[in-house]
Amino acid sequence: MTEPWDYAPAPESRDVAGLRDSYRMFVDGEFVEGSGEPLTTLEPATGQPLAEVSTASGADVDRAVRVARRAFDEVWSRMPGAERAKYLFRIARLIQERARELAVLETLDNGKPIKESRDSDVPTAAAHFFHHAGWADKLGYAGFGPDPRPVGVAGQVIPWNFPLLMLAWKIAPALACGNTVVLKPAETTPLTALVFGDLCRQAGLPPGVVNVLPGAGDVGAALVDHPGVDKVAFTGSTEVGKRIQAAVAGTGKRLTLELGGKAANVVFDDAPLDQAVEGIVNGIFFNQGHVCCAGSRLLVQESVAEEVLAKLRDRIRTLRVGDPLDKNTDVGAINSAEQLARITELADSGEAEGAQRWTSPCRLPERGWFFAPTVFSEVQQSMRIAREEIFGPVLSTLTFRTPEEAIGKANNTPYGLSAGIWTEKGSRILWAAQRLRAGVVWANTFNRFDPTAPFGGYQESGFGREGGRAGLEAYLDV
Amino acid sequence: MVTPPSTPAEALPAELADATRDDRSLRRFLHGLPGVDRVGLEQRAAGLATRSIKKDAKRWAIDTAISMVDLTTLEGADTEGKVRSLCAKARRPEPGYPDVPPVAAVCVYPDLAATAVAALRGSGVRVASVATAFPSGRAALPVKLADVEHAVAAGADEVDMVIDRGAFLAGRYGQVFEEIRAVKRACGDAHLKVILETGELASLDAVRRASWLALLAGGDVIKTSTGKISPAATLPVTHLMLQAVRDWRDATGQLRGVKPAGGIRTTKDAIRYLVAVHEVAGPEWLTPELFRFGASSLLGDLLMQRRTQLEGRYSAAHHVAVD
Amino acid sequence: MSDEHTRERLAVAKTYKLAIGGAFPRSESGRVFPVRGADGAFLANAAQASRKDVRDAVAAARGAFGGWSGATAYNRGQVLFRIAEVLEGRRDQFAAELTAATGTAATAAVDAAIDRLVWYAGWTDKITAVLGSANPVAGPYFSFSVPEPTGVVGVLAPTGSPLLGLVSAVAPVIATGCTCVVLAAEDAPLPAITFAEVLATSDVPGGVVNVLTGRVAELAPWLAAHADVNALDLTGASEELRPELERTAAGTVKRVLPVRGTPDWYRDPGLHRLRAVTEIKTVWHPIGT
Repeated sequence: MTEPWDYAPAPESRDVAGLRDSYRMFVDGEFVEGSGEPLTTLEPATGQPLAEVSTASGADVDRAVRVARRAFDEVWSRMPGAERAKYLFRIARLIQERARELAVLETLDNGKPIKESRDSDVPTAAAHFFHHAGWADKLGYAGFGPDPRPVGVAGQVIPWNFPLLMLAWKIAPALACGNTVVLKPAETTPLTALVFGDLCRQAGLPPGVVNVLPGAGDVGAALVDHPGVDKVAFTGSTEVGKRIQAAVAGTGKRLTLELGGKAANVVFDDAPLDQAVEGIVNGIFFNQGHVCCAGSRLLVQESVAEEVLAKLRDRIRTLRVGDPLDKNTDVGAINSAEQLARITELADSGEAEGAQRWTSPCRLPERGWFFAPTVFSEVQQSMRIAREEIFGPVLSTLTFRTPEEAIGKANNTPYGLSAGIWTEKGSRILWAAQRLRAGVVWANTFNRFDPTAPFGGYQESGFGREGGRAGLEAYLDV
Repeated sequence: MVTPPSTPAEALPAELADATRDDRSLRRFLHGLPGVDRVGLEQRAAGLATRSIKKDAKRWAIDTAISMVDLTTLEGADTEGKVRSLCAKARRPEPGYPDVPPVAAVCVYPDLAATAVAALRGSGVRVASVATAFPSGRAALPVKLADVEHAVAAGADEVDMVIDRGAFLAGRYGQVFEEIRAVKRACGDAHLKVILETGELASLDAVRRASWLALLAGGDVIKTSTGKISPAATLPVTHLMLQAVRDWRDATGQLRGVKPAGGIRTTKDAIRYLVAVHEVAGPEWLTPELFRFGASSLLGDLLMQRRTQLEGRYSAAHHVAVD
Repeated sequence: MSDEHTRERLAVAKTYKLAIGGAFPRSESGRVFPVRGADGAFLANAAQASRKDVRDAVAAARGAFGGWSGATAYNRGQVLFRIAEVLEGRRDQFAAELTAATGTAATAAVDAAIDRLVWYAGWTDKITAVLGSANPVAGPYFSFSVPEPTGVVGVLAPTGSPLLGLVSAVAPVIATGCTCVVLAAEDAPLPAITFAEVLATSDVPGGVVNVLTGRVAELAPWLAAHADVNALDLTGASEELRPELERTAAGTVKRVLPVRGTPDWYRDPGLHRLRAVTEIKTVWHPIGT
């Protein structure tokens, strides 16, 4: 008897998200109509409209920056750290209380599997606030002098891949250090950031400390360029990051950038292979591969390459691709038609350049934006799929013979965000970790995040760190 | 159990046959198996345990789990009466619902095997007997073999042996290998389940080695535990053993079984194990031929949950017969 | 006694060259420019480096990075201390050279420069402890973060402080394990070359510090645009030049040391220069049996 066991659909309830027809921007503690052109955010799983969202105009950006400045001058920067801490603890608690609502809303707006928004994004966002809350009254012990001062108004621009989590990475340290914030969520995923505005109200956060301005790149640019902004923090593509760095040049604004990556996941022949396969799968298919630190290049020692690839394909066949709200979905929807087109184009280029393409035989939903997990083998360093960030569920496999060759190939990229090492040999782990030019090195694991562990890139993956003591520097006048 | 390997070493591909040539080859082979990272394995097991199995899929899982139960009683105080009562339940777990499948086997001590055989004749339910100085395995080989022969002579269809953990942990792999081979021979046509007692093996690397050792020696099924020590079966260890039979299939084409035993008490637990079978080993292992639950109280919960599913309201323990 | 001994002796004038990869070449362009003292008197012709000299210097710095960043912190500390020792021995020479360049008494600046080197020599094996961390993550992992040198740093040496400013900019860079290409201050480039001679006799491996003299406005854009330069210290850039260089640096996401106000080189330098040229690397590993 080997009849297939089909798991019945196990959808999480949409109603939990409390989805409304329209959302407004959050300025000075109020939800207000923006005077920009409203945008319609779409549900990636269906391609259908989800809600209408008002956006900010240049005048709205100006007003938000002014209220943030007022809140900074009059309230937030003067408040004792211990008091700021309590607001942040409250926010952490509110995220936990409303976790299910936020998770479902995130999944609807972003397309990521509910099990990820439920078990990863939302709890980690809460943890980020909880961790940074504790810093607010201990900054003098952080190694930046006895009484480090905040920078001022922070303009923060975040991406669509982890909307609430990236908000937490940005807002928690900024507030803990005494800064006020104007945040622009991504155009395609504004909803949880706006619900976060409601959390701020429930927390009783003084008006103007946090402001959320939805909109497209022009709103981000207006925010970055605004002379009232003292500090700019951006997470997103390297291309936009370079534009932002150029835009703030000569202004004296502080800048931190968390940009793209093309991480190598290096598997040596003495690796714990089953766990390595899990790590490879997690590294590239977590969040549909929409992860700046995704392990998008698999470097496998040639003596085990065939075995690893066979196990990998078997494992990928078990990935369940489909309705993001289904609790059993492993790989959800691609966030936008635009991103799907980019992934498709790059994957096609891999084939055209002569790499061997393997696609999971999973059934894709008929509507919405989906891309089947894909593995390329026989990839050469020069191919686009080995060099460009695909930001999708596409893995490029290369082989190596010696440890030196592995490191050489791993470092052969302008990026430098993350890397993985798989080997049971301790000395080799430390040797490789030392040589990999990447801000985060995961050994015998991948894609671990924690508010206590600094995260950020080398080279064109950006500069500055988020998390831990090192992450505070970005928001202190030091 | 599908293709009982009567002469295992000869049927194996060259590199595996080589592995069993002598003690040193065996050691080299077992120590050459890929290591196991505990954290990664536990994380994978915990991740799969969040699968949400509903409606038809859940009903199918409950019936499948029932059909995989080795209904077990291994107490010093066991009586013939208790075994007969257990057998009655094994044949027809819930008389009010005749469509409930029988369990896979009844598992008893050798001296009660004959009682079980008589009680189950014609039912299709197998009789499994523990043997080889269960649960400690601390006896001389001739005594262990006599134990096995006694069980087989009494009509046991399956023998659940324990390995000599002392020899295994001391690195005397050849001795363990030969002992399993000898037991396998003594089994004749009976199927052999090899209990690794994973709770005593200290490391997951050792569990992987013991799994391969048992498979190389001809075990039809690798089984986690005697149920007499804690921890008994765990999800991560079962994952690891499922990987072993999957890898064995890939290497030899032969299908071998896995039996977690001890500590699996609820339907929720059982379904998590089935999900692991489904996604780690593969759908072809979702059969009592290749996967068993060694359990005593699990059946009751499966039946109760089955009622809940069918009747649309919560059931209670006192509605299900207790053995 | 003969006339030979009483006649005023003609000093041997020094030819100032570039310092690239442990050698002291002339500019590949063959260009020189006259350097004058504070009083307007001619001091020497300095080599006027070209963009190709920038290229060669960056290549030398990159080539030296592996060895220097791979050296033990103890070793780097001893090398930095050695620089201080050698500088101490040439205290008078630098004082004279600085006085010629700036027209003011300079002993204090030389002393401060020596002391600054000693300060940074002591930092090499403490940066990791002070900037790094063991991260108590919520899971069965050991996670630690360590500062690592960012790579090749382009340094526009500060103007107005030809030795102390220069040393204050270069010492933290090499203390971390970075290597650098220094554009000497255009107003007083000669002490920078003399300092390079000190480095060459102080166990500093060739290529770790490369010094170019010339027109900063001509050379700096090439340094700022060079894809193999990881970070820039624009302390020495003029107000007009700095925004353009920062914009250029964005092309390869270079780290740019923030410049805030006019630095007081006699103050406690703090850690910000060390932080600016280090990358925090976080490493994770599971904890299990």
